[in-house]
Amino acid sequence: MPVSAPNSQIVYDALKALGIRLLSVLPETWLVHLVTLAEEDPEMILVRLAKEEEGVGISAGAHLAGVKSALLMQNHGLLASINGIVSLAQLYRIPLLMLVSHRGGFGEEHPWQTEGGGVTEHVLDALRIPYLFLDSPEHVASRLRQASALAEASLKPVALLLGRSLMWED
Amino acid sequence: MLRVDAMRAIYPELSRCIVVTNMGFAPAELFSLGHQPGFFYVWHSMGLASSVGLGIALSRPELQVVVIDGDGSLLMNLGSLTTLARYQPSNLIHVVFDNEVLLSVGRSFTTATATGTDLASMAAAAGVPRTATCRTEDELAHAFVDALAARELSTLVAKVEPVAPLSYLIDLHYLESRFQFQRHLRHLRQSKAGEEGGPD
Repeated sequence: MPVSAPNSQIVYDALKALGIRLLSVLPETWLVHLVTLAEEDPEMILVRLAKEEEGVGISAGAHLAGVKSALLMQNHGLLASINGIVSLAQLYRIPLLMLVSHRGGFGEEHPWQTEGGGVTEHVLDALRIPYLFLDSPEHVASRLRQASALAEASLKPVALLLGRSLMWED
Repeated sequence: MLRVDAMRAIYPELSRCIVVTNMGFAPAELFSLGHQPGFFYVWHSMGLASSVGLGIALSRPELQVVVIDGDGSLLMNLGSLTTLARYQPSNLIHVVFDNEVLLSVGRSFTTATATGTDLASMAAAAGVPRTATCRTEDELAHAFVDALAARELSTLVAKVEPVAPLSYLIDLHYLESRFQFQRHLRHLRQSKAGEEGGPD
């Protein structure tokens, strides 16, 4: 499978280094290795969602309960989660850390991914959610640390867009 | 059965639990019975109370979590039943007050439970191990106490009249409630760690 296993491991290790103990996820192709890593890790609480917006609630609960979490999903899942992000994470000042696979960008071969790929950054801008791309293994750890620090300091959602060059071996 | 009476019937137990409510009139009624630092009211993000409760229950297995939901709210996040059932936190009781309407909008705006949708059956079909539909305060109180004793994920649907309190406003800002609740959960962990004599 051309999903990058080494880079998935780098992302997972960086999440662990941040102290993330709960990952909620709706699996998609680029995330398969990350899900498997979480599943095999006895220190990680993995929650497989039926729909991504549930993960906003689960992360809010985990934060209030004192556990650091992240929500892992595709950009279309971000689009499906907007009310939860606005009316729970933003309204209640939850430092929601989102890792979002950015499908539908340059290199995308699936027509159905392209509309979502074209609007993702605009939606994040409209929601005033700070975001950075993770598109090279060298900066994964530092950008995740920075994103987590900003989320915790601002008590607001922050997104990292997992780019094709990081997740997919073309 | 009025929802406020149903809540009153289980309030002694609720007051000792971590309680997450949905939006609408239910939080106002719970608040009117007596706010506790372990009560958290999820205003506005309709449907997500059960997800917030799941996040707390999985993060802190030592806490007894109760989610107070409504028919309209649960219908907005039905997938949550399957996620709850998948992880089956033994420390979570899901109480659904089913008045068959979107009461905040008006009594004539019925939900699908008014035309036969059975939420307790749906929870059971999703895989929730313990479910019940309760029509009186006594039935709810017994089912709730039994669920607490069983230490098993439970969905208890309480059929209630579509009657609202005079106001849904409570004298507790949602952010004040949020920080108070978080602090309370932190203190519970610290006092537990203190009892055990070990670091948190």
